[in-house]
Amino acid sequence: MSKTIIIDPVTRIEGHAKISIYLDDVGEVRTARFHVTEFRGFEQFCVGRPFWEMPAITARICGICPVSHILASARTGDALLAVAIPPAAEQLRRLMNLAQIVQSHALSFFHLSGPDLFMSIATEPGQRNVLGLAAQDPELVRSGIRLRQFGQDLIEALGGRKIHPAWAVPGGVRSGLDAATRTAFSARLPEALATTQVALARFKDLLEPLSAEVASYGRFASLFMGMVAPDGTWEHHGGNLRVVDAQGHILADNVSPDGYAGLFGEASEAWTYLKFPYYTPHGYPEGMYRVGPLARLNVCRSMGTPLADAELSEMRQRANGGPVTASFYYHYARLIEILAGLERIGQLLADGQLEAKNLRADAGVNRFEAVGCSEAPRGTLFHHYKVDEDGLITYVNLIIATGQNNLAMNRTVAQIAARYLRSDRLDHTLLNRVEAGIRAYDPCLSCSTHAVGQAAFELELIGADGTVVDRMVRGK
Amino acid sequence: MSARTLTINQTLVSAREGESVLEAARDAGITIPTLCHLDGLSEVGACRLCLVEVAGSSRLLPACRTTVSEGMQVQTDTPRLQEYRRAIVELLFAERNHVCAVCVASGHCDLQDLALHVGMTHVRYEYLAPSCAVDTSHPRFGIDHNRCVLCTRCVRACDEVEGVHTWDIAGRGVAARVITDLNVPWGEATSCTSCGKCLLACPTGAIFPRGSTVAEVQRDHSSITRIMTARGERW
Repeated sequence: MSKTIIIDPVTRIEGHAKISIYLDDVGEVRTARFHVTEFRGFEQFCVGRPFWEMPAITARICGICPVSHILASARTGDALLAVAIPPAAEQLRRLMNLAQIVQSHALSFFHLSGPDLFMSIATEPGQRNVLGLAAQDPELVRSGIRLRQFGQDLIEALGGRKIHPAWAVPGGVRSGLDAATRTAFSARLPEALATTQVALARFKDLLEPLSAEVASYGRFASLFMGMVAPDGTWEHHGGNLRVVDAQGHILADNVSPDGYAGLFGEASEAWTYLKFPYYTPHGYPEGMYRVGPLARLNVCRSMGTPLADAELSEMRQRANGGPVTASFYYHYARLIEILAGLERIGQLLADGQLEAKNLRADAGVNRFEAVGCSEAPRGTLFHHYKVDEDGLITYVNLIIATGQNNLAMNRTVAQIAARYLRSDRLDHTLLNRVEAGIRAYDPCLSCSTHAVGQAAFELELIGADGTVVDRMVRGK
Repeated sequence: MSARTLTINQTLVSAREGESVLEAARDAGITIPTLCHLDGLSEVGACRLCLVEVAGSSRLLPACRTTVSEGMQVQTDTPRLQEYRRAIVELLFAERNHVCAVCVASGHCDLQDLALHVGMTHVRYEYLAPSCAVDTSHPRFGIDHNRCVLCTRCVRACDEVEGVHTWDIAGRGVAARVITDLNVPWGEATSCTSCGKCLLACPTGAIFPRGSTVAEVQRDHSSITRIMTARGERW
């Protein structure tokens, strides 16, 4: 008799999720489903609003990565106005996005995934959190919190507040950054860099002892998609898209964001509110692709800054030169991106033009449809709007990073279950492993379904006849 | 002009003949909350926030439309008035879609200030959540009926200060809407001089500069007073 295992709710992710593991007649794992069970309807209630308000409205989708929505939305607005924004505004937006990448990646690595990486897999779930880790390794947690604070403080200095800064607007940004503030942040960079380098060293030490996890937490061939600069270096804002396969062959390159619809389709399934984007030429579900830190590092030629480039070379050597197909390396890629982000922040802070007065281009509604794109910490984020001649929204489609990793996350859960499920019963160890596997993608479910989220996790084990054999619930 | 002496909240107050209770109170440093009142414009007594208790009257009277008289005894801040004011503000919030978090006027909004002033912690009434249009057909301004409280300050500023009367009210009760000309899109209202006085007068984010984003609309309501004062001095 086949069976299903259900994990519900999934904890230490941004949102609420449930996981079902389906067994076949002989008790082997047949498939797994990562369900996102909540719904918010942002795409509906934005209709009728002036598009100038969209950065601030869509920022409210998420309290973790509002900056990503603000920047993608402002960029879409630029395209509706059909303007090239002032150069200083472009640099300031890039600075905020880098600060966002630093703070969000620090949150993911130290606060959310730190307990998975640095605490025993058998640790009782109540202890397996950032407070438990702080008791075990206070300096690691303290430095991680301060690293996140660096990013958050920089966002606040730019946008006036850490969360939901309505600062980037169609046409530019609302304020610059004075010399004194830039100097103050430059002085904090060495500590942030040191924290990242220590974390990188400690992570690399884990790769050998955790080689079984590296091999089973989502190691499979897939496509990768991310933004690159015109010369192929790592890019996070304003670049074009590139798709590579698991061997590193470039399948699509230099695709502007409004070409996304030509490359990617969205499938939906009745059992989840999270859609399944796929690479259209390969069909569904074979067109599975991954986005986010690992994908960005797989598609780019180099990082463009010295420290990050050295780390990228080392990571590629560890993975035998080609694209890294193990999702466990998302953590690794995240740390390298923090390093690249800090290096680039240092370059931008030295730029005197950030004090410019002219930061906002002015224009009327010159296009009725536009797609804007920005690399969010979790992956490529698209905002697609249509407006009427008065600039009122008639259509919204938001393509979110976590959604694009949906197929890969399902595959990861199935792989972990196949490797570690030893009976038709669930235990805390399996629950911890499945959650840790999902967390490598740093999923943000409030974003991906634009849904109200509570951090919660549910795991179900379902037999071949559809009956729930076992069920574990945590969080809520 | 002879003086009138009245008592407001147990304090003896001297006022000019013909002055309103609201003016007399403000001259004496006593705050009475208002919404439809704007210095420089005529009074309509529509919002009922300035209702006060007057000895000898069984009804509550709007301070903006009640003339002072000799020996008048006024209470401006009794528990009953506080409760009524809070209910009025809650009803305003329940009637349209006031979402401060994404409003262009957040932080610079008379309605938001009032909610704080009357101690509104939540709305006890069911939200009507009406489907209201946004009109951004004017090249410089927009009107979002979701945020309109029907105070008619725009109507009066347009009529009394600019002398144009582009704005008016159509419909009745909760279905009432401010309109431009004979209910045409603002961009097609030929009488509008695009002077922006309606924007200066608007207490909320209902009238806003086109292209505004959250918390960006900062207006100086006293501009209307300055215009009217200057006009009085010159003529």
